[in-house]
Amino acid sequence: MTAVLTVEGLTKEFGGVRAVDELGFTISEGAIFSIIGPNGAGKTTLFNLITGVYTPTEGRVFFGGEFIGGKTPYNLADMGLSRTFQNLQIFMNMTAVENVMVGLHRHLDKRIDHALFRIGGMARKEREAREKAAELMAFVGLGQYVNHDAASMSYGALKRLEIARALATGPRLLLLDEPAAGLNPSETGEIDELIRKVSESGVTVALVEHDMHLVMGISDHILVLDYGRKLTEGTAEHVRHDPEVIAAYLGSEAAAVKG
Amino acid sequence: MTLKHPSTGGLLILAVIIAILPSILPNNFYMDVAIRIGLNAIVCIGLNLLIGYAGQISLGHAGFVGLGAYGSAILTGEFGWPAIPAMLVTALFVALLAFVLARPVLRLKGHFLAMATLGMGIIISIVLNTEARWTGGPDGMAVQPMMFFEYMVFGEAVWYWIVGAALLIAVWLSLNLIDSPVGRALRAVHGSEVAAEVCGVNTTQYKVKVFVISAVFASVSGSMLAHYGAFVSPEDASFFRSIELVTMVVLGGMASTYGAVVGATILTILPQALARFEDLEHMVFGLILMLTMIFMPKGLVPTLSAKFRRSPVKVEAESEAQGGGAT
Repeated sequence: MTAVLTVEGLTKEFGGVRAVDELGFTISEGAIFSIIGPNGAGKTTLFNLITGVYTPTEGRVFFGGEFIGGKTPYNLADMGLSRTFQNLQIFMNMTAVENVMVGLHRHLDKRIDHALFRIGGMARKEREAREKAAELMAFVGLGQYVNHDAASMSYGALKRLEIARALATGPRLLLLDEPAAGLNPSETGEIDELIRKVSESGVTVALVEHDMHLVMGISDHILVLDYGRKLTEGTAEHVRHDPEVIAAYLGSEAAAVKG
Repeated sequence: MTLKHPSTGGLLILAVIIAILPSILPNNFYMDVAIRIGLNAIVCIGLNLLIGYAGQISLGHAGFVGLGAYGSAILTGEFGWPAIPAMLVTALFVALLAFVLARPVLRLKGHFLAMATLGMGIIISIVLNTEARWTGGPDGMAVQPMMFFEYMVFGEAVWYWIVGAALLIAVWLSLNLIDSPVGRALRAVHGSEVAAEVCGVNTTQYKVKVFVISAVFASVSGSMLAHYGAFVSPEDASFFRSIELVTMVVLGGMASTYGAVVGATILTILPQALARFEDLEHMVFGLILMLTMIFMPKGLVPTLSAKFRRSPVKVEAESEAQGGGAT
């Protein structure tokens, strides 16, 4: 299997604190790759480093074999790397379908003269973009919300809307930051299905998630982080029985009970 | 599902209003007010693209109006250029200036952006005041009338139709822009910059673009103002004029093209009504800005249009009912 993403010696310091510490791993094409670990283990920081939101202190990231240091998030989107956010980042000033149409941005006609004078087939292109976006909304199960204002939608629906928007960019690798956070068990079940559907459509998926039931069920490969370091990685079966993982999780829970 | 351009009807209504207004207005004083409303509205439509849609403040846009006005005045007066090429070259110069300023300025956010644009406007105003050899200094300068080949454009009756047509074009351009990939990118910058970037939107580039477009709207309006009024003064580029423009956009409704027109209409008429209390004018503008921000942060047009739409509670209940069955 070919590697979609390779991380080597990745380190990020925030004023002396190492949020991510000499991390290395590889995500294979077509896999569902999960990153787990206690709160503050550096999972979201890792996502921000991969997507160019943060600049690493040290280390290198390769996407599709290409070194992506110094690339901006929109460069990476153009290369086929997309993501969702732990705290929703929805365009609340737009309708649901317009949110997804922003995701299509890199495939659309961006010429300013075409936009201002509505020439160059702009009306038709816009109609097609809207149809494509509506299809993606149907794919994530939001078909009936197409013309709703994003601000009027429920939290669970917005979580899916973010996935639809990320898919609209046409990613090769999709990073999902806690897709099930704040969802009830039945909604989590639906997200589980959706992630499988996305994976089957040929997109490699990497997710950060706290819901162990979800993670253990869908992951081909799991990376466990603690204090920014790799604790272990492997299949669900391997990770579940690793004594260090058990210690890290039980330890943190025991501390929580005491503290 | 509406796939058509949603606001074409509004454009038609605006055209009808512009067409019938002269037959209602009793004399040239009112025609003059109408023309000034149109000129302000053109600036506000551009400014609304920047403030309302892209979420970037500018407290210096009167500076671009002033540059447009003086550019046309100097090129036609000192160099004897025809008015239309002078207007276009001036707009091009303003676009270049805005482009150069935009990158460093729009890197700033919030108060810092406000301060930087404020400073930009004040510097333009100072230059217009002090470069007396070209600008006539604080006294201002007379402007040649606009010539269309042999025909001299003169008087309220003619200017009304020119400004009316320009306003319709400005509204049309703004509506087109907003309903395009570029327009959505601008709104995305406002909604969430980080999400816009991840969607492949080069946010810096779009901020620069909208800043330049809004400056060009201001410049063209300024050029027309100069020829129409036959006179320009640094007053046109003053800080208070910038605040007036922002107040118009905020009152009319941010992220609403027609809101910008409504805001310009109300706040152009208001000073005429308050003419007897000239000293109060600034205070009243400040008060309107404050009250709008507190009680109607979305502005007049969006607030009213939301009231006339279906009640949001009902829409939500419907979608819940549908959502239950579909997934």
